Amino acid sequence: MKPTREVGLVGYGAYVPRFRIPATEIARVWDGIEDNGVPIESKSVPGPDEDVATMSIEAAQNALLRAGIAPTDVGAVWVGTESKPYAVKPTSTIVAEALGIGPFTQAADWEFACKAGSEALQAAFGMVGSGMLSYAMALGMDTAQGRPGDALEYTAGAGGAALIVGLAEESLAVLEASTSYVTDTPDFFRRQHQHYPQHGHRFTGKPAYFHHVLNASQNLLDELGQTPADYEYVVFHQPNVKFPLKATRALGFSRDQVMTGLLSNRIGNTYAGAALIGLTAVLDEAKPGDKVFVCTFGSGAGSDAFSFVMTDMIEERRTRARSTQMYVERNTTIDYATYGRYRKKFVMN
Amino acid sequence: MMKIKKIIGVLSYRPRREFQAAKEQPPSTHGYDFHHSRGEFDGLSSPSTEVIIMRNVSIVGIGQTPVNEHWDKSLRELATRAVVGAMKDAGAGPDDVDALYVGNMASGAFTGQEHLGALVADYAGLQGVEAVKVEAACGAGGAAFRQGYLAVAGGMKDVVVVVGVEKMTEKLNGDATSILATAADADYEVDHGLSFVALNALLMRRYMHEYDLTHIDFAPFAINAHRNAVHNENAMFPFEVDESRVKTARMIADPITLLDSSPIADGAAAVVLCSADTARTFTQHPVRVLASSLATDTVAIHNRRDPLFLDGAAKSVAKAYDQAGVGPNDINFFELHDAFSIMAALSLEASGFFDRGQAVREAQNCEISRQGRIPIQTLGGLKARGHPVGATGMYQIVEASMQLRGEAGGAQLPNARLGMTQNIGGSGATVVTHILEAER
Amino acid sequence: MSMDLPRHWRLKQARYRLEGSHCEDCGHTFFPSRLICPECRSENVVAHQFGGRGRVYSYSTVYNPPAGYDEYVPYTVALVQLDEGPLVTAQLTDVDPEDVEIDMPVEMVTRRLRQYGEDGLIVYGYKFRPAWEAA
Repeated sequence: MKPTREVGLVGYGAYVPRFRIPATEIARVWDGIEDNGVPIESKSVPGPDEDVATMSIEAAQNALLRAGIAPTDVGAVWVGTESKPYAVKPTSTIVAEALGIGPFTQAADWEFACKAGSEALQAAFGMVGSGMLSYAMALGMDTAQGRPGDALEYTAGAGGAALIVGLAEESLAVLEASTSYVTDTPDFFRRQHQHYPQHGHRFTGKPAYFHHVLNASQNLLDELGQTPADYEYVVFHQPNVKFPLKATRALGFSRDQVMTGLLSNRIGNTYAGAALIGLTAVLDEAKPGDKVFVCTFGSGAGSDAFSFVMTDMIEERRTRARSTQMYVERNTTIDYATYGRYRKKFVMN
Repeated sequence: MMKIKKIIGVLSYRPRREFQAAKEQPPSTHGYDFHHSRGEFDGLSSPSTEVIIMRNVSIVGIGQTPVNEHWDKSLRELATRAVVGAMKDAGAGPDDVDALYVGNMASGAFTGQEHLGALVADYAGLQGVEAVKVEAACGAGGAAFRQGYLAVAGGMKDVVVVVGVEKMTEKLNGDATSILATAADADYEVDHGLSFVALNALLMRRYMHEYDLTHIDFAPFAINAHRNAVHNENAMFPFEVDESRVKTARMIADPITLLDSSPIADGAAAVVLCSADTARTFTQHPVRVLASSLATDTVAIHNRRDPLFLDGAAKSVAKAYDQAGVGPNDINFFELHDAFSIMAALSLEASGFFDRGQAVREAQNCEISRQGRIPIQTLGGLKARGHPVGATGMYQIVEASMQLRGEAGGAQLPNARLGMTQNIGGSGATVVTHILEAER
Repeated sequence: MSMDLPRHWRLKQARYRLEGSHCEDCGHTFFPSRLICPECRSENVVAHQFGGRGRVYSYSTVYNPPAGYDEYVPYTVALVQLDEGPLVTAQLTDVDPEDVEIDMPVEMVTRRLRQYGEDGLIVYGYKFRPAWEAA
């Protein structure tokens, strides 16, 4: 599917907090063995003064810098997240106000597990494509929490990206088409008022992640009449390193196509931010004319797939703000005790 | 019916000697020249002021409670003890008192009690008297004393009682820290997590940077204060400290440690004031208030042109020297506001005792000791006597009076004739200076 | 617990965007905003957004925080001299206390200043971190 007006990405920005905890440190505490087959190298941890609002503000600032548009021209600020600072009260109004966007703007927080951000992105394409808005901003950002000792704790990271959608002639990457694929699949969920999510262990694989990612991706490829060989880059939702690599192979993409946008080994699974920050890492590298394939995944469950073609504008736009890798590279390692304090794992009252 | 007092003089005061205040420098064109050194005690505005003095004012009675953690005493009890002490010292009865001024910073926040004028008047046996609370953060005591002085000097009151009181220990830890921080800018300093200590730490760090000093260089301020407090039976910490103790003191807000800071405490101190011509009917050793002045500066440090120069103190002392017709070299001792060591250094410099950047060096040369050029904190100061914030200004007045009356015991200075007190609210935003003279 | 909702709401322009004032008469810029220019006393002042870059004028690390800031201890506070001239009091973030020095270039970021308990208002505002060269 695609809107009647040609649309694309006019700006993008990433954010990853500075702290990292090695997966071996988590294994040391909970397994008693540091090197016990951990799923990633390290994951990002937000500082005690960070949350989805503050992280979104910085990513959005980077996106606005690249877009080079006035904040007041942005007609929608949509934050996709599953770690809202307030259960009730929009994160998006904080982000909009901080950036000088609005007050005549749409603002809302979106929830669809790890695909909340791409859901917002699709809507942004629709709003701009229909002519209702000139520009719309979609963010995927999370400070995910895993239950102490749970398998998810090794990977639940923090970070994400902001994308600004505009008309194709102003875009650094033009949208070719997008597709969505959803079913009712309870692979992972968090009930109201609960700190930590529950997950279906191996049930999160084949019937959940792979079923939706492969169907959405194949559907979009078929719709466009493309094959994996037509793309320079591919980005998948990355809850770990293994899943996206397996999806790469299953669809016929190569390791070379996926590695640029595969950040989970260094920063963990940033949930709603994961595929989108993978995309910004690719946008930092891709050349004009390159084609980029993206497929997200959100538990519950569904996938959104997108196909982009880079334009000449990328070369200059990407220099206007900090690259994704700059955020990935900055890195202060903390131990489990400090991590426990920052993430409020200790019972205080 | 109000009595009409006779105007006894219209005086034009000028500095008597040595203290020659320079004109205010014009603002630099770009407005932000923090690094500019003002040289020796310039930057002050000191035009010759015409002060209409209706009458001279004397302190004829003093009273105080020990400074301590008074778990078993309420605010009203502390204030009552100080007031009664001062009135007994003056031999004054309730009928003699025309007004009561209560200096206090934050009784509402600390104890839930405001309306101290009426409360203290009631409990101190002064029912019905005109009474009001005066607030100027930690400068409340000095500010209240000045209100009493103005009332008597202006002829509206004949005899007034001034008491400074603070009951801080009802609140503990972070709550007390938050209440003290109300002296700073709530929106632009405190909300950013700055405690009052942190604000002073910012000044101390910059001072160390500008003048190439280390933390331990400030040790003489704590050592001097504690040494003098040994002779003060009302002091909270009447024991000596040495340099090694200063070195290992617990960090509060880097570089300020526990021994650079004054303690949270309870206490009250009071005086009886009357016109100088009736002073001898109360006491044989009145203390004359030669000068009283209050000046202000920005509450927030970040709004000051030069954070390392206490403009408010410079303005306050310039007016006080002017009124008294004296200069810094005439002052025999100086009870200053050493809430933190850095404040002692900045106060000494702004008050004309030492050149800018020299106060720490001069303290190292023992120039602030009882034998030095300008003895400070002769009974322990805020550091060792203790700092019940709104009462502190009144403790300074009471202690200076003790020195001038020759009642300072082991801390007595041999030739104490002229003493100066300086009470500071906030980190230099309100500065109250008084010059007191022993009446022989 | 009192959360001072109106006060924090009223301060958002200054907190989120470092908005101060500019005097149309003498050209002075200042932070925070005021109705009267502190230099020339003019009332002809308008809003001015600062660029958010500056240098550390002085700093301190807080070990005994006021109530409400315990979860961030130890944290570093600073007087930052903005490139436009004014000093601003703020926390430093994304930096270890021992790495801070006077004259260090810094840039503004928006972070949590405090929260009124787990069920109360979250206050956001400016902090500064070591300046980071653009890509």
